Amino acid sequence: MHVSTFDRYQQGTSLIHRLDPRVKVVLTLLFIVSNVLLLDGAWIAFGAAWLVLLVSNRAAHFSFGYLFKRSFIALPFALAAITVIFVQPGTPLASWSWGSRTITISDAGVIRFASIVIRSWLSVQAAILLTATTQFPDLMHALRHLRVPAILIAIISFMYRYLFVLVDEAMRLLRAREARSARLVADGKHGGTVFWRARVTGSMVGQLFVRSFERSDKVYNAMLARGYRGQLLTMNPHVMQQPDWLFLALGFGLIAALQVIGRLL
Amino acid sequence: MPIVHESDLLSQRPSANGRIQPTLEVSSLSFAYPDGHEALHGVNFVIGAGEKVALVGPNGAGKSTLMLHLNGLLHGHGALAVAGLPIVKENLPLIRSKVGMVFQNPDDQLFSPTVFDDVAFGPLHMGYPEAEVRQRVSRALAQVDMANFEERLSHHLSIGQKKRVAIATVLSMDPEILVLDEPSAGLDPRARRSLINLLRDLPLTMLVSTHDMLLVQELFPRMIVMDEGRVVADGETAVLLQDVTFLEAHGLEMPVVGNR
Repeated sequence: MHVSTFDRYQQGTSLIHRLDPRVKVVLTLLFIVSNVLLLDGAWIAFGAAWLVLLVSNRAAHFSFGYLFKRSFIALPFALAAITVIFVQPGTPLASWSWGSRTITISDAGVIRFASIVIRSWLSVQAAILLTATTQFPDLMHALRHLRVPAILIAIISFMYRYLFVLVDEAMRLLRAREARSARLVADGKHGGTVFWRARVTGSMVGQLFVRSFERSDKVYNAMLARGYRGQLLTMNPHVMQQPDWLFLALGFGLIAALQVIGRLL
Repeated sequence: MPIVHESDLLSQRPSANGRIQPTLEVSSLSFAYPDGHEALHGVNFVIGAGEKVALVGPNGAGKSTLMLHLNGLLHGHGALAVAGLPIVKENLPLIRSKVGMVFQNPDDQLFSPTVFDDVAFGPLHMGYPEAEVRQRVSRALAQVDMANFEERLSHHLSIGQKKRVAIATVLSMDPEILVLDEPSAGLDPRARRSLINLLRDLPLTMLVSTHDMLLVQELFPRMIVMDEGRVVADGETAVLLQDVTFLEAHGLEMPVVGNR
């Protein structure tokens, strides 16, 4: 059984796919930082940043909708910023009151909220583009080159490897439950009380945890058996080529330009 | 941290009385789990270089526990030696490079994102330089017929492919002895057949734990039968497989021949 739900990588041979993963990681991070640094209401700069994304998307041979569709996944998280609409001081646009309490929407608040949503939306698109054009192991190699602590990389790598195994296991448990969730007559009453079902679900989660725990023991044994002694070693096959340096410089330039646009226009 | 490698002379070195050391020597090995369950009672056997030996017995006979001793993952009472090297703490790094242990579930054995990373894991931790590691990886993958799979992600492989890669992960370490736990479990007939061919063609000393009696009959001239933590028989497969009463007493079956 294959679970590719988490695999965001899209096979390809475009310039973006072939770039050194370090370049992509660095530029993506810089792009995100640049988005954060843009001032509220810097609409032209936001538009320009989006344009950069669209061009990169095109260069990676993805359709226009590719990034666009996937980017909405992050919108619910941006809602966490909704309070700024009400607390930001500025010209009131509307207000409601219940007794002694008053809630006011200010123009500065709306602008800030819109800016936050756009910033996170742009940043998420950049991250999606990164993961869609870079194989996961390459990403890990890039992080290693960029001096991210080895233990963090090891944890992420293991998580990635075993996420699939774990999901498979969870699906098997679910299927086993499904297979025994029979109903005698079609009177609508089946499956026991909500409380009972919650208990079943709870013990399934527990099962999953125990299984993962036991598996971690076995994996550790398998590592020891092959000479692991507390330090994870891997090989980093990437070498920066001239196009990588050029692209890196181009990216730096574009991001600097975004900042200039954001401050001057 | 690179490991200093003793030359192969050490492993081939004849002992004081001049004879060549057997590849694996287990003498009066006993082990009890922390919960008091006694899994091994005075296990003895010797495996010579080049021998292919099956380890059979019902579930809970102590086969897996025994295997975990062979490269020092568990420590019982008694003496173990691999290629003349006693299994003690100081020798563990060297022992682990000599005992190629393949666990039953390939998802436990393949823990790296890519096939290459997994096969390179052993050699890298043995301290080989990168060029050598690369060479060992491609050789090991070629041995199990999985060349060109280097960049593949482990979780995208079929079970049969995973088993092959799992074997490659220890072949790349150039072990003295291959220790496999249930290699044919869960394989469809074709994958099982190609695994059998692979095991037959590998010129290595092997100790293989299995319930697959047809596999035993076909590949292993010698078999060790374990039950309740003891070795109850150790001898020629052809002879042992004739003794129906003995097999049934230890929860085993005669392989059904004639349907092939």
